[in-house]
Amino acid sequence: MLVTEQERLRSNLVKMTDRFGRDRSALMPILQELKRTRYHISEYSMQVIADLLDIHPVEVSSVVSFYSFLEDKPQGQFVIRLCRTIACDMNGAGNVARQLENDLGVEFGETTPDGKFTLGWANCLGMCDQGPAMLVNEKIYTQVTPEKVHSILEECRSTFGVHATVDKERC
Amino acid sequence: MIVETTHGSLTFCSIEPGSGLDSTLERPPANALGRIEASGLRGRGGAGFPTSLKWDLAIKSPGENKYVICNADEGEPGTFKDRVILSDFADLVFEGMTIGAFVIGAKRGIVYLRGEYAYLRSHLETVLRRRRAQNLLGKKIRGRDGFDFDIEIRMGAGAYVCGEETALIESLEGQRGEPRNRPPFPIDTGYLGNPTIVNNVETFAWVVCILAKGAKWFNSIGTKKSTGLKLFSVSGDCSQPGVYEFPMGITVAELLKEVGGEGAKAVQVGGAAGQCVPAAQFERTIAYEDVPTGGSVIVFGPDRDMLRVAENFLEFFADESCGQCTPCREGTPKLIEGVKMLQQGRCSMHYIHELCSLGETMQLASKCGLGQMAPNAFLSIVEHFQDEILGRIGK
Repeated sequence: MLVTEQERLRSNLVKMTDRFGRDRSALMPILQELKRTRYHISEYSMQVIADLLDIHPVEVSSVVSFYSFLEDKPQGQFVIRLCRTIACDMNGAGNVARQLENDLGVEFGETTPDGKFTLGWANCLGMCDQGPAMLVNEKIYTQVTPEKVHSILEECRSTFGVHATVDKERC
Repeated sequence: MIVETTHGSLTFCSIEPGSGLDSTLERPPANALGRIEASGLRGRGGAGFPTSLKWDLAIKSPGENKYVICNADEGEPGTFKDRVILSDFADLVFEGMTIGAFVIGAKRGIVYLRGEYAYLRSHLETVLRRRRAQNLLGKKIRGRDGFDFDIEIRMGAGAYVCGEETALIESLEGQRGEPRNRPPFPIDTGYLGNPTIVNNVETFAWVVCILAKGAKWFNSIGTKKSTGLKLFSVSGDCSQPGVYEFPMGITVAELLKEVGGEGAKAVQVGGAAGQCVPAAQFERTIAYEDVPTGGSVIVFGPDRDMLRVAENFLEFFADESCGQCTPCREGTPKLIEGVKMLQQGRCSMHYIHELCSLGETMQLASKCGLGQMAPNAFLSIVEHFQDEILGRIGK
């Protein structure tokens, strides 16, 4: 990482601690905000957060590794999570999964080479009466069919420009 | 974009926001507690702990900074009624929390909203702002000196186990969501070591209804040990899936008739952590004393492969286990192995018995509810569907 980039990240994190506080209980909100704006919780940022909250970096790392919505690997701009729990499974989530893999060219757990999409599973999304359900970042899609997959992905691609600008400002 | 599928009229629709709180503030806190006790309300998250007892213990626990926490980490497979309540009746939830604060003497409340429901957050923040403007939250609520209370929303990050109250508190404190040993219970050592009540979204909403409509109205419905009404999230092989309001003590057969699920061969009541009720037992009642539930009802039609169901639930628990204690961490993968052997038709009766005894060990020796419940679905499927799972001709 460039030194200037490191400094920018550090100053962003300082701003976050100003907003959420420097208590241990601010750790989750800080990590969630970092993930939302930078798509990545890097080792460097974990070290900075640990310094700011005055805890050991391994404490930060252990929290990041525990929660499935916090990842230490770089994530795509769009994180797709397909529900695999029983009701969605019974409604054909398996076929949707196959089509997602086909259309994105990656398997579950992987990110597309252009960094746009990460494909993953979710456990029950609370849409059991309208399955199969799928979460794209914070947006929920219900009654997804293999045919609909393509248009959902296109929708993401076409909003990508807007999405990226908004996030730069937020950062 | 989100289609709400509630069926029939819900009691929550008839409650005017503010009515429960105003009738509470007119009298001393003990009066509200007495009315909740008389109603017989028990925790709607599934465990069924009497709400008034929990609150009473928190009152008696010494401490200046008490907390009211709303458990909106609805992660049980098949449950989605809290999502509907938060979307349509957020006022009732916040009002229930405010009443809780008045009763136990808390100044701060937290809603722990699961990460999967992040899209509800802006709506909830809007409702909170409006309630502050209406003086239903903030300083001197409804002009009452010394009654200050406000609510903040904190997000979960995709961990089912954080629905367990001590894991939820750990998560709020910025720790891994690993359940604590109990006792001490949150009512004396909760968030940041302070006395804390943790209640389900639906429980708070019912508190408001009880105070608005009276304890007698509530306890005249349901059974003696399970009073009142309850929301059910119905999914699976039925013609009308969605959210329903039924009295406690309804039989599985009656429920199936309402939702268009007649002809089912089994019903999973209580989600992955619950039990699988076979057709022969459809006269059993859904109540804390018989088949308990947090609201999840998943219907399985005659063509469903019950081994696939068991496998799906076990994979869920293997994924969501926090890994802290051995019976849960090691036991769940062993049961999955067993299901795979059954699918291939390569499992002796002797080994099935071994697996069941492992399941019973997990029920006894796991540290928290997740591990204790993990083998339930497997055990009930093995018990009730032996003819279906034995001697398969595998692939």
